[in-house]
Amino acid sequence: MAKKLFKGNEALGEAAVLGGCRFFFGYPITPQTELSEYLSWRLYDVGGTFIQSESEVSAINMVYGAAGAGARALTSSSSPGISLKQEGISYIACAELPCVIVNMMRSGPGLGGIMPSQADYSQATKGGGHGDYRMLVYGPSTIQEAVDIMYNAFDKAEQYRIPVMILGDGMLGQLMEPVEFPPLKQMPDPSTKEWATTGTHYGKDRRIVNSLYIVASENEAVNIKLQAKYDLLRKNEVMCEEYMCEDADIIITAYGTVARICKSAVKALREKGIKTGLIRPITLFPFPTEVFHKYANSDKTKKFVTIELSTGQYNEDVLLSVMGKKPVEFYCRMGGSVMTVEEIVNKVKEVY
Amino acid sequence: MATYHKSNMLTDTPLSFCPGCTHGIAHKLIAEVLQELGQQGNVIGVAPVGCSVFAYKFFNCDMQEAAHGRAPAVATGIKRVHPDKVVFSYQGDGDLASIGLAEIMHAGLRGENITVVFINNAIYGMTGGQMAPTSLIGQKTTTSPFGRTVERQGNPIRMCEMLASQDGPAYLERVMLTDYANVLKAKRAIKKAFEYQIAGKGFSMVECLSTCPTNWHMTPVQACQHIKDNMTKIYPLGVFKDVGGAK
Repeated sequence: MAKKLFKGNEALGEAAVLGGCRFFFGYPITPQTELSEYLSWRLYDVGGTFIQSESEVSAINMVYGAAGAGARALTSSSSPGISLKQEGISYIACAELPCVIVNMMRSGPGLGGIMPSQADYSQATKGGGHGDYRMLVYGPSTIQEAVDIMYNAFDKAEQYRIPVMILGDGMLGQLMEPVEFPPLKQMPDPSTKEWATTGTHYGKDRRIVNSLYIVASENEAVNIKLQAKYDLLRKNEVMCEEYMCEDADIIITAYGTVARICKSAVKALREKGIKTGLIRPITLFPFPTEVFHKYANSDKTKKFVTIELSTGQYNEDVLLSVMGKKPVEFYCRMGGSVMTVEEIVNKVKEVY
Repeated sequence: MATYHKSNMLTDTPLSFCPGCTHGIAHKLIAEVLQELGQQGNVIGVAPVGCSVFAYKFFNCDMQEAAHGRAPAVATGIKRVHPDKVVFSYQGDGDLASIGLAEIMHAGLRGENITVVFINNAIYGMTGGQMAPTSLIGQKTTTSPFGRTVERQGNPIRMCEMLASQDGPAYLERVMLTDYANVLKAKRAIKKAFEYQIAGKGFSMVECLSTCPTNWHMTPVQACQHIKDNMTKIYPLGVFKDVGGAK
């Protein structure tokens, strides 16, 4: 199929439709607004529904309702808006509803700025709202990868009955790249879901979408069930790219758009004779711990260098995975500033 | 000869409400109306946070339990997926008129084809009697121990009037659950609200002035009299919006 030139946000919207999403609820915020603008007309091509909600809070609760009713529902926002959605995401996680959430991160804290940032890493990967829960979190680095992830995101969400988050940044959302789209999938009929409130049930068959468990033992049982699901994610859903790591003395690690800059740095460093590689997690939860174990235990690897657009949120997972077996150096930019290839090259040369 | 049957739209789970509270009456009316309209097997309800948080245990239909105040947004999501099903939310005054004010207003403005049953008892019951957005001036609660004043706590909110001032809602009525005649009126209002939804006329809401003897520190009889003597002065009964046969 011929490639099309697409803006990241719009490509994600198209991939959602192709992946069977038929309901979108969202509120405008830079730098992801093009996603909702795109779906505000595109969803009607496929008999879907688009609502610009009165707030991000309302949007995520519309997702809760639609997902509970058995539909494929998407919401999208950027950092401050994602903060507002956290209560709803927690409810969705506990009620075991499938949905997809896009966060095109901007810099913070507070209103921050609209330039690229990765400062919502901990919020995304450790739960984000109240209570012990996780999402399946992807950190794509190209528009094609974001499209491929979005295309299958609803299948994953439904397989595990969990919220899936696609974590990008303003760079991914705003840049344009050639992209190949997969064929259109239909949304599965809500009546095929044995847990969905489709309105046809009563008596012992009736269905309840709920996250309230007043009795401690019942609530603990729910938590145990959720944790078992997260263990399954750790076992089955890890995705990670290992780039030129085999013979590398230095392994850079980064995710998302930052990893693209790092790839250029790896090439530049190898031209200078410094054998460098890159570990790029594609799933941020589950984290590719085993990949780090492998290189941390290898005699070849001398050092890791973590590069991120936040102050060590991502590096905490790297440190936990390297387990002190090798030194981990660190370089970051903050507040919407993005590092250059040269900055990364200099950092590696400095610690080499 | 059987003279009375519990509605088949209620489960056998015992209600969790205090003695003298009118939540039970509201539950019964909704269930009876849905049964009379032949809707068993065609309904999805949304429970709120508050005293009626367990509504999902009591209504004999598919139910979703919503976050505090968000029931109209949840109901919107459900209704858009299943436009042919009857969708209702059941909400108290803290849920609907305070934390969920944006959700109820915008559901009304969109003319969402859902029915809302709004229980206004002018207090937060579940958490033990705190001031509600609908608490009356002078009303003593655990967070307005000297009595609510305009200077300290602001004014009570009138939801039917506020929604009626906007285009979108199809049917808005305020009733009180104090005595047999008024309970019958309330039932007619709830029935009309659901009939409007079934006819596709759009957003309908019935506000029920309700008692909270426990947190009002009154007997059930005193509480009903309090509604008649005091609450109806701030919250007059009546129909605030009725689009009638027109869509």
